[in-house]
Amino acid sequence: METLERLLREHPFLESMEERHLEFMTGCARNVRFASGDFVFKAGEPAAAAYLVREGRVALETHLPDRGTTLVATIEQGEMFGWAWLYPPYRWRFDARAVLPVRAIALDGPCLRAKCEADHDLGYELLKRFLREIDRHLERSQLQLLDMYRVNL
Amino acid sequence: MTEAIRNVSAPGLHGPMTPHFVPITRAARETHDVVTLHLENPDPASIFTPGQFNMLYLFGAGEVAISLSGDPEKRDTLTHTIRAIGSITHPLDAMKRGAMIGVRGPYGRGWPIDEARRAETVLLIGGGIGLAPLRPVIYSLVRNRGAARRVIVLCGARTPDDLLFAREFANWSGPDGFEVHSIVDRGELSWKGRVGVITDLIASARFDPSGALAMICGPEVMMRIVAGDLASRGLDGARIYMSMERNMRCAVGACGHCQYGPTFVCRDGPVFPMPQIAPMLGIREL
Repeated sequence: METLERLLREHPFLESMEERHLEFMTGCARNVRFASGDFVFKAGEPAAAAYLVREGRVALETHLPDRGTTLVATIEQGEMFGWAWLYPPYRWRFDARAVLPVRAIALDGPCLRAKCEADHDLGYELLKRFLREIDRHLERSQLQLLDMYRVNL
Repeated sequence: MTEAIRNVSAPGLHGPMTPHFVPITRAARETHDVVTLHLENPDPASIFTPGQFNMLYLFGAGEVAISLSGDPEKRDTLTHTIRAIGSITHPLDAMKRGAMIGVRGPYGRGWPIDEARRAETVLLIGGGIGLAPLRPVIYSLVRNRGAARRVIVLCGARTPDDLLFAREFANWSGPDGFEVHSIVDRGELSWKGRVGVITDLIASARFDPSGALAMICGPEVMMRIVAGDLASRGLDGARIYMSMERNMRCAVGACGHCQYGPTFVCRDGPVFPMPQIAPMLGIREL
């Protein structure tokens, strides 16, 4: 548990998190590994965890019948992904696949939800951090939509 | 035909507006719509500053401003990397070795190379064809490897196939503080690199902003966002430089086609320190 707590403390997503909150969250955390090519989850499956990437690269991708698989974004060391467990219907919207071998910390979604309900200070602190991540992804999507490198004729 | 064209470049005709006619010594395909043309340098004694541009003249098509993209120390060759997007660059993109084109220059203010050599960390941030004007800086800094200085090259492109100079990335990066990172807006299943936007690379780049200097070239919207992100990381705006692109015609600040607020991009730029142009970047009419 001490190691997991240290790993949580060192991850940028939880930077400057209060010790009592880190201790509380450690009970929801576990180390996970994915080989290159493994799916972390697939669209439509129950969303059960948030992932803090410690090493490697994960692609968020979607499959369109007429266009094949498109990579929407990649997640790197020090970043996190997965927040669909926060709100109903608790289902993933994208596939997540390890592009490179991945080591991550999985934070169990139902466990975190229960802890956030029990400790609203923790819930508010976590929500602010997830909101920052969601905002970052939204901004990225907006910039991708701009198609900045397109030729303007 | 070649001799006849060469004779146009007779002594006595030359001035800042008169092109030299030179042969293409090599045409290298970079991507599906980008080519690098290597030209015989009519004046090997002169040296250009990275970031400067030449006017390339094509018979029957016209003249276009293109940045120099080659090694400043290779003085027998003028190198230009061209994206086929217009009525002049499309035929330039199709030109082969031995064809003659006109060239005059170099013009404009380039990148602050001396300041870069003194910086603790140099960030070179190029989006799309914007990496081309930065490549001479990379060559200059790679040649002077060895100091404790770090050089971080961040490249963005639309797709993996659009990444410029990708074959050279391995030569540029090394254990001595040179890093190259790339990202594409969208990738396919076979792509193992990063997908996202160039600001993702800035967020994950590790550097001390107090000793850093940044040079940015790419679409204007990209440069504006990148400069904002760098400033929010603590980089002094006076140490952020951008290369602007406007419709350059005369290239000597006489015709006014490239006027940008109180400046002429051809004469006062194309490279500007951020404080000089930041007030104008958000003005729609400019």
